[in-house]
Amino acid sequence: MISKKASSSIQALAAEAIPHDSPEAMEKDAAVSCSGLCRRFGGRWALSHVSLTAAYGAAFLVTGHNGSGKTTLFRVLATAIRSDRGRARIAGFDLGRERAHVRRHVTLMSHHSYLYEALTAYENLDLAARVAGESLAPFAIHALLDRVELDDRAHDFVAEFSAGMRKRLGLARALIRTTPVVLFDEPYGQLDPRGFALVDGVVDECRKRGAAVLLATHQIEHGRRICQEALVLARGRCVWRGRAADLPPLRLGHSQETEKEVS
Amino acid sequence: MRPWRAALRKELLLQWRTRAEVAAVFAFGAITLLLFSFAVGPAPQALRTYAGGFLWVGLLMASTLALAEGFHRETENQALEGLLLLSLKPHAIYYAKAVANWLQIGIVGAALLPEMIVLYDVPMPAPGRLLAVLVAGAAALAAPGTLYAAMTSQVRSRSTLLPLLLFPLVVPVLLAAVKATALAISGDIMREWSTWIGVLVMFNAIHWPLCGLLFAHVVEE
Repeated sequence: MISKKASSSIQALAAEAIPHDSPEAMEKDAAVSCSGLCRRFGGRWALSHVSLTAAYGAAFLVTGHNGSGKTTLFRVLATAIRSDRGRARIAGFDLGRERAHVRRHVTLMSHHSYLYEALTAYENLDLAARVAGESLAPFAIHALLDRVELDDRAHDFVAEFSAGMRKRLGLARALIRTTPVVLFDEPYGQLDPRGFALVDGVVDECRKRGAAVLLATHQIEHGRRICQEALVLARGRCVWRGRAADLPPLRLGHSQETEKEVS
Repeated sequence: MRPWRAALRKELLLQWRTRAEVAAVFAFGAITLLLFSFAVGPAPQALRTYAGGFLWVGLLMASTLALAEGFHRETENQALEGLLLLSLKPHAIYYAKAVANWLQIGIVGAALLPEMIVLYDVPMPAPGRLLAVLVAGAAALAAPGTLYAAMTSQVRSRSTLLPLLLFPLVVPVLLAAVKATALAISGDIMREWSTWIGVLVMFNAIHWPLCGLLFAHVVEE
């Protein structure tokens, strides 16, 4: 149950965050600043006029039910796909015009693992490091694998890994670069409790080194604990935005339920 | 340069790891050559005359399997997207993949040559020329093949669509490679061999840079 006072403040925030056509002025000094982002797949708007601002050294929770647009938002911000409308700046670079620069400043840990099944865990990390232009010595790769508790499986093929192990390796892959913006899309999925703690630690570490962390998850309690700001998406629209601590307890059922819960 | 080398190293490593697939591609090509010999029947002269054509049709059909499979690995866990988001340039991915495909098609072609010689009772007066045709022809199949494999990789019926797109485009390659192979086998009295090799070289000179440019539009949204 949300108190009347809290409910009215949420309504006020929700009203402020309700989609609109006129893009807000984007903050130039923010790590991530987007305004009126829209993305359509066929006739369906997966993302509709989403605006957000994330500061350096802060963690930003993005939540919502399945299909609410979290992954689409992250894929747009990481330059994996283009937005149909709206503008965004990532680490000071324009998302539309300076995609190459944006890519050098963003890391996306997607729910796709980005791993090659026929390569070993070590080879996958080595490849990612070389491609990214990072010169990682073998001991540094082993240290990364040790960090995600996979060093003893360093020379096993990814095809032999469980879903949780792939997730851990994906996390290690995301740690190869130290970019100012890090996007974690459902990082807790398939992980055991130790894995949850691992992700929390990584998010905290990224934030402490000054990176802006955007975390898309259904694990609201976890997100609330480690994030400062939050955004709730439903049917591609932003339905709530505010301090993570003020986030109402959502059940994240259907989109209509989510909208009802936050208003 | 270093990221390109890393991408090429990855391609070669993946080909080595999945060498059973390369063997299957070779087996497909070998069976095709065998079927052609059954289809023509016991007519040694006809087999010798059309040996070059059978070899290149067999290699073309086998190469579509290799090309499609090569891209399947990239889409399995969206690995290709992962490389792009690590700032690897699309043309680096293309050239690494195209060179690896070139090598694979060349190896399969080289492995099919002895079978062609034995099966069709082909004399081999100019092995150097035969090898040159194979190198140039394999390159001419790999350049557009890599591009079309990328285009069809996300489509459910990719194994059907890839040959449908690729075969019409490589008609000049097939024509030139078959003629040059036949001349290498039967002797080049009219000195035509260099003309047909020239066609293959021109095809490569156009398609390697062009497909490299177009690849970015295919893999990037």
